[in-house]
Amino acid sequence: MSALTIVERDTSAGRGAVGTSHDRIDGPIKLSGQALYVGDLEIPGMLYAKVFRSPIAHGRITLLDVSAAEAMEGVVAVLVGSDLTDIDPFYGHAIRDRPIVALDRVRFIGEPIAAVAAKTMAQAEAAAKQIVVEFDELQVAANLDAALAVDAPIIHDGQTAAGFAHGLGKMPDREGNICYSYALNTGDMSAASTLNEIVIDHEYIFPAVYQYSMETHAVIAEHTGTEIRLWANCQHPFLVQSEIATLFNLPISSVRINVQFLGGGFGSKSYTKMEPLAAALARKAKKPVRVVNEVSEAMVTSRRHNMKCRMVTTAKSTGELVSRDVKIWLDTGAYADNGPRVTATAGDAAAGPYRWQATQVRAHCVYTNTGPSGSYRAFGATHLQWVGESQIDEVARCAGLDPLEMRRRNLLRRGEVVRVKGKPLDADLIGDIEKVAAALGWGEERKPNRGRGISVGLLAAGAHPVSMATVRMDAAAGVSVMVGSTEMGQGTRTVMAQIAAQVLTVPMSKISVPGTDTSFTPYDRSTGASRSTTVAGKAVERAALVVRASLFETAGQVFGISDISKLFLENETVTDGKQSMTFSQIITKRFGFAGGELVGHGEVKPESGSGSYEEGPVFWEVCIAGAEVEVDRNTGVVTIVRTSSVADVGRAINPAQVERQDEGATLQGIGNAMFEEMLYSSDGDLMNDSLLEYRIPTMLDMPESMKCIIVENEDGPGPFGSKGCGEGALAAIPAAIVNALGDIGIDMYELPLTPERVWKRIQQIQQTK
Amino acid sequence: MKIASVVNGKRQEMEVADNTLLLDWLRNELGLTGTKQSCEVQVCGVCTVLIDGVPVSGCTTLAVEARDSDVTTIEGLRGTDFYKRAEGVFMRHSAVQCGFCSPGFILTVYTLVNAGRKLSQNEIKEALNGNLCRCTGYKSIIEAAVEVIGAELARKI
Repeated sequence: MSALTIVERDTSAGRGAVGTSHDRIDGPIKLSGQALYVGDLEIPGMLYAKVFRSPIAHGRITLLDVSAAEAMEGVVAVLVGSDLTDIDPFYGHAIRDRPIVALDRVRFIGEPIAAVAAKTMAQAEAAAKQIVVEFDELQVAANLDAALAVDAPIIHDGQTAAGFAHGLGKMPDREGNICYSYALNTGDMSAASTLNEIVIDHEYIFPAVYQYSMETHAVIAEHTGTEIRLWANCQHPFLVQSEIATLFNLPISSVRINVQFLGGGFGSKSYTKMEPLAAALARKAKKPVRVVNEVSEAMVTSRRHNMKCRMVTTAKSTGELVSRDVKIWLDTGAYADNGPRVTATAGDAAAGPYRWQATQVRAHCVYTNTGPSGSYRAFGATHLQWVGESQIDEVARCAGLDPLEMRRRNLLRRGEVVRVKGKPLDADLIGDIEKVAAALGWGEERKPNRGRGISVGLLAAGAHPVSMATVRMDAAAGVSVMVGSTEMGQGTRTVMAQIAAQVLTVPMSKISVPGTDTSFTPYDRSTGASRSTTVAGKAVERAALVVRASLFETAGQVFGISDISKLFLENETVTDGKQSMTFSQIITKRFGFAGGELVGHGEVKPESGSGSYEEGPVFWEVCIAGAEVEVDRNTGVVTIVRTSSVADVGRAINPAQVERQDEGATLQGIGNAMFEEMLYSSDGDLMNDSLLEYRIPTMLDMPESMKCIIVENEDGPGPFGSKGCGEGALAAIPAAIVNALGDIGIDMYELPLTPERVWKRIQQIQQTK
Repeated sequence: MKIASVVNGKRQEMEVADNTLLLDWLRNELGLTGTKQSCEVQVCGVCTVLIDGVPVSGCTTLAVEARDSDVTTIEGLRGTDFYKRAEGVFMRHSAVQCGFCSPGFILTVYTLVNAGRKLSQNEIKEALNGNLCRCTGYKSIIEAAVEVIGAELARKI
């Protein structure tokens, strides 16, 4: 996509328009508890569901008896696999490998086997306890090593079809438990090997992490026979709509999804999650049904892939990089979910934004008998950046170079190739990393046991660039922006309003941005991959420009001007510099009464090619951060003293919201790097499945200082030269922390950096000295 | 058992099961959905409500524990002058994102104001440690909380 910057930066604009930190338009109703989330909704006649989940990680179901549950008070329906014989019950946007409920086999502890719909939650819970199930247990592969072993149980042995929205070209055949592999080669590895003077070679471990959106997955479904209605907290309503329509053999337009506010998403609510089960249960119950996950259930509904990686980086003794060879295994759990895309993105992030003689990347997506892994903010990049960047620092130490100088010498410049066939580098990485280093006090003297680290990476952002928007101006010049980006905390409604305000010179107070209702809201591919401002925002800008054109058309007729290029907007009026008319006057003139509305439609589609992953991305999201840490060598406790990050956003539509994105991503990065880790036993049991045992960062985990530097080079493909943000810092912070430890001689190859792990590493390093 | 309490200034008499959680009673019986549900193990703070001015987690408190007491939820605080001032400060710091944790934070800040003691920033952080937020990174929330508490205490002097 090329930038289409029609509206100049300094045109007269509505109050709070682009570039100002306008208050969130949804702030007051959220602070006061009036914002409604799915769990707050009551649909007349609604039933409550309890999902009955597998107690074992792998086995064939030999008996499933729900008759006692069905006989319980208040129970209306119990959904089981045999209710699904009239449809193809498999879903999955990447690989259709997952049944709505288990059919004859279970593959992870927590897999839905049945679901009870009853008049009260207590009745549903009581009935679920009466369900009887028996298994022939199968060998369990609860981790990557077990799933990749020669004698591993094969977790999926039947035929699976490719999903409808993986965007990865032809999907390769499954190989054992490997459901997808991604390869990327550049240059000639054997020729490059003759230049190797420095060789860094290690194996790395990254843990499984829980996104913990505070609002868990929730959905209310109603199936009338000819129509399915869903009130869901899904990030991608239009992809869910398609998938539900396919599953239940309905036209897409007969599936209607309503999405209001999400209590956080971070990827956990991307693609399809609990919606098929809710719809199938509602179909059987013939009544609306509400399904709300508990935290323990949410943890086995989606998580971040744990990873094993082997990386070899080589360089000349001067620090000039030569080659990188990477092997990656990502644990996608029992079902692929978004694993193939995560795998490809990890593969892309592996080489890092450097100039190489040759690279070779092999990334594999592996089934195991654990809860499915999907998207989590900055997936792939978070996995690989700390690995690649710690090797860059090791090379720098071998070459006697400062890490910042090392990067100055080797980083790609704007316009250079990042990935063959893909978009060239569209950012100034050296400029950015200089800024985070400076914010950290790079080069200043350090206190004892304190280290500083910086890291740089890129994340393929934007997903498939297809978004529509409709902007409606009513007779009183109020504006509604209909756009499918879901509001999950990132502030998209405010940003969309600001874009419309800027184009139309309407004050923010006159603009509303409602939630998504697929019956009225035009199509938007998804809310994720940092794409909303850039892609959907562009659609909003274009839609607003159509409204502006209508205003010009009528005003031009009234003014007797045929060349509308002489017209411009100013404070809700159209003027040619001499005469002017208010928007309301124009609309009244156009329709002959004080009614009617101006409607503009905006569309964003691939500007060349198919918009595929290979040709992408829409833009490269910059992932750059720095950290200063202090280590207590006696206990292994690491304290994050300060962090800095760059939000290279092209143009900040709302600077405060950009800062909040970076701060939130920074703290998630600290959690991912320092202590968050889902622990699975060898029989596939998630041992820390509550917030008591799985800790996320609290206020006491904040660094003394978190500095976000906004860089505005107006070089993005979005409206006003903007590009997305919000994920980069999460990828970059763990890498910066690891490098800060490396800076004081503690190279770490396994996350999270718990005191025990760091202390053991310190002992190991001392012993080998 | 039959309980009588005053919820947000309004007397409520109701039959509740002994095992009904305060959170479920408030949300399902009284329709006070500003109080949210998340971790269910008294860690996250989104279900914070006040019983006689003391913050409790609705997810681990029985409804019967609120008998003969004054219960305050975000709906009860919403119309107060304190709330309007606090909202203004939270908005100015953009200390709200997805909003799921926000009512809980506002209620906890309110109790710190009512305690009437001057608190250092670290003490405020300690006090707010029982309220999680996954969106903001906390910086904007602590800044807003410090400002609200400072301003409210100054008003009382």
